[in-house]
Amino acid sequence: MTEGLNFDYTVFIPEFLLLGLAAAIVALDLAYPAIRKQWLAYIAGCGLLATAGVSLAWIDVETNFADLVVVDNYLTYFRVFFMVIAAVVAFASADLVAQRLKHPGEYYGLIIVSTVGAIGMAGARELMTAYLSLELLSFSLYILVSYAKFDRRSNEAGMKYILLGAFSSAMFLYGMSLIYGITGTTYYSGIAAALGERATDFEWALLMGLVLMIAGIGFKIAAVPFHMWTPDAYEGAPVAVTAYLATTSKAAGFAFVLPLFSNAFQVVHDDWSWMLAGMAAATMILGNVVALQQRNIKRLMAYSSIGQVGYLLMGVAALSHASASALVLHLTGYMVSNLALFVVIIAWVHMNDSEEIADFRGMRERAPLLAGVLAGALFSLAGLPLFAGFVTKFILFQAATDDGYLWLAAIGVTTSVISLYYYLQVMREAFVSAPAEGAGPLPVPLLMRGLAVAMMLGVFYVGLYPQQLFDAIDNATRFLFV
Amino acid sequence: MESGYWLIATVAIPLIAGGVMVLIPDERKDVVRWVSAAVGAVLFAISTYVFFMYEVGGDQYQFFIRWAWLEDVGFLGENGISLAFGIDGIAAPMVLLTGVVAFGGALISWKIEHHNKDFFALFWVLVSGVYGTFTALDLFFFFFWYEVAVLPMYLLIAVWGSSSVFPTFARTKEYSAMKLTIMLVSASILIFIGIFAVFHEAGAGTFDLQTLYAYQFDPRFQKIVFPLFVIGCGVLAGLWPFHTWSPDGHVSAPTAVSMLHAGVLMKLGAFGIIRLGIQLLPEGATFWMPGLMILATANVVYGAFAATAQRDFKYMIGYSSVSHMGLVLMGLATMNVIGVNGAVLQMFSHGVMTAMFFAMVGSVYDQAHTRDMTLFSGLVHRMPLFVFFFGIAGLASLGLPGLSGFIAEFHVFGGAFRTYPWAGALGIFAAAMTAVYILRMMSMSFFGQFNEQWSGLQEMTLLERGTAALLLGFMLFMGLWPAPFIDRIQESVRNLPGVS
Repeated sequence: MTEGLNFDYTVFIPEFLLLGLAAAIVALDLAYPAIRKQWLAYIAGCGLLATAGVSLAWIDVETNFADLVVVDNYLTYFRVFFMVIAAVVAFASADLVAQRLKHPGEYYGLIIVSTVGAIGMAGARELMTAYLSLELLSFSLYILVSYAKFDRRSNEAGMKYILLGAFSSAMFLYGMSLIYGITGTTYYSGIAAALGERATDFEWALLMGLVLMIAGIGFKIAAVPFHMWTPDAYEGAPVAVTAYLATTSKAAGFAFVLPLFSNAFQVVHDDWSWMLAGMAAATMILGNVVALQQRNIKRLMAYSSIGQVGYLLMGVAALSHASASALVLHLTGYMVSNLALFVVIIAWVHMNDSEEIADFRGMRERAPLLAGVLAGALFSLAGLPLFAGFVTKFILFQAATDDGYLWLAAIGVTTSVISLYYYLQVMREAFVSAPAEGAGPLPVPLLMRGLAVAMMLGVFYVGLYPQQLFDAIDNATRFLFV
Repeated sequence: MESGYWLIATVAIPLIAGGVMVLIPDERKDVVRWVSAAVGAVLFAISTYVFFMYEVGGDQYQFFIRWAWLEDVGFLGENGISLAFGIDGIAAPMVLLTGVVAFGGALISWKIEHHNKDFFALFWVLVSGVYGTFTALDLFFFFFWYEVAVLPMYLLIAVWGSSSVFPTFARTKEYSAMKLTIMLVSASILIFIGIFAVFHEAGAGTFDLQTLYAYQFDPRFQKIVFPLFVIGCGVLAGLWPFHTWSPDGHVSAPTAVSMLHAGVLMKLGAFGIIRLGIQLLPEGATFWMPGLMILATANVVYGAFAATAQRDFKYMIGYSSVSHMGLVLMGLATMNVIGVNGAVLQMFSHGVMTAMFFAMVGSVYDQAHTRDMTLFSGLVHRMPLFVFFFGIAGLASLGLPGLSGFIAEFHVFGGAFRTYPWAGALGIFAAAMTAVYILRMMSMSFFGQFNEQWSGLQEMTLLERGTAALLLGFMLFMGLWPAPFIDRIQESVRNLPGVS
């Protein structure tokens, strides 16, 4: 059965490098406990960026590993994507982790290992491989969420997350086993072939399998009605981990879903697209409406990210090459905006020791640069022009419309307006409210300022000149629809 | 053939200026002011040049330029989304108007002390959006710039605005800012949906407006989508009953922002009805225009009555704007050449007139810190120039011959009487009401016994005089020599599909 399969381990060089990096950082922290802990962050960040550079060598290479993992432009895109996100989060956590958390070595190690999991999810073309990657990511995140060992909220969040996560994994596995029962294979291509040759149009087992798998995935990406863990996990986790949850963990879900549905289940598109469309509508509405109530910035970001998942799901429900490109484009724009915002939040929350939105007041006076980036990032998330959010949302909604989902696009723009309201509330504190009595200018570390500016430039790049990026994405997603 | 780089300059210069403002250190307030004044002057010069170099009898879209922005990717084909700029005879006066009001606004804002670089950064982004909308010939970028023009409003009002306290309730600036932003952005939901539908229906893979204009949309489709565009753009134009953001927003906004918003931004709404509604979906327009006429008439009459009841200068002007924007919509709804001509003339006329009003109110409010007209009396003894300029704007507003308002309103009513005599009659009645509230205000605050309480008031500053003179010049220009405007507008209006 192994005849003719490609066992070329060199395709995993970037992942091996990452694992080596993770091990090296843990070892470094162990061997030289006196090292300034910020250095671990810098090493992790630089190592991740260097590995992202190495993985560029696979541009336009098409190969695979035993048909389990496919290396193509799609994987290369997401390799770079996840490594850059992890690098930004590592840099942004430098001070926070050094001053507030124990065991920094493991912290960065886990971030890197989880990145390997996320990459695996994008590259897998076989259900078991995908599942293992998913669990690698999830287990790293369970630990990271409860990383503030003596903070009750962090413990509670970790507990909730692991219980619900395990539950959702079980559902996903059960769904997988049903699909395996129908098709007799776990390879995406085999599933598609088997489903195409079926005698009947409709099977309860297939429907159950899809429902369970979608429910499992719904938990991971926090789609309504499987979103309940999100606000608590976001609130309890250390703020840098919240940033990581909101970026890599979400994006990995979509990087996994796209090949899964386009390669394995596109033949039965009608059987599942309505589920995702319904989930998208519910997610957009609930996430954005409940966000109106929030007073804590992390909970606000949790609900706002739920709303964003709704927009992204629209692209999965429509699922064509055009909408997949649009989805990845929006995902990219959203991640850049989100990182810009989280850099500001991490810096601010770390310096002020408060997560209340009301305590953002006077940011314009106390840290003008952060305030400027905050405004730009919030405008981008709300989908206003000049920033990334406008063009990426526009293209995503137009793609959904072209695939027959004008009503979803209508809900999408409507909920975007709702989101503008709560984003403006944050801006109001930052720009209109005066700072608390006696609160002077804050010394924002140079690194955080640099990161904030870099992310903001990224937001402008996507918002003002997206041609190259969109070309690259379009080229990458083409491999899903051969 | 004139170069399209002039139009790109009108969009790029303010955008870059906005970015530059951010880089100027906080304490160099004078640098900010001088740079802004220079940018305003340059934009004014370019706008004037563009207006006069627009060639009557030339191409339909002049100063045309196109840069590919996003094409041959995803669902986009050739010219998918392009930075296409060009103006017709309708856009030309709008570009001029923007230049005039933006320059005036930059000068008037000289007094702003609180973080003036932030103010001007947002101000110039706003101006850039306005220019972009008037000159864009790409559906995506039309909407892009349209939203850019709305984006800075929240902060501009909430940070630099003023709250109003009434005996029984208060309108905080944060409230007004949020109301304005949310209402305008909610309205753009409809435009958004309309654009998705139009692009999908045409199926050409391009947002290029000229390509889309050439496409014959199914009449049924046109009838469904047209209301989306008209109401979506109409909210920004102050269409009754969606006008409620306008008085509150304009009252709370700082002077220059009121000038720009009432003077130019509301015109974007009317302009959108022409570009997206009439030009893209002519059959939908023919079908729905009677409905718009009813709403527009309500605008005109309701705005005039509401203005009569106000005792706050700015609220009076705010409602008068609602009434006058109603005349614009009424002109558009006639769908005949005279009426639509009148609508565009009124867009220009109302722009300079309202800018003048707000500039004048700002001049007195900054000193007196109240806008209650019943508290003032005999201001002419103290501030004769102020009363002169304010009075001229008032007279233009009630349609005195020789000033711009007369030319514009004459056309609108002429057009309205052709198609809907009842609307024309009600419109003229409302124009008479304008005289009531303007003269009432003048007799109450400007003339009569001088109230010694205000003996500390100073005459307008030099900059305010300059701004007022600039605006007055254009009111007289259109009032005494309307030919350059009418030639340009009429030619393009004749080309509008469905307008006879």
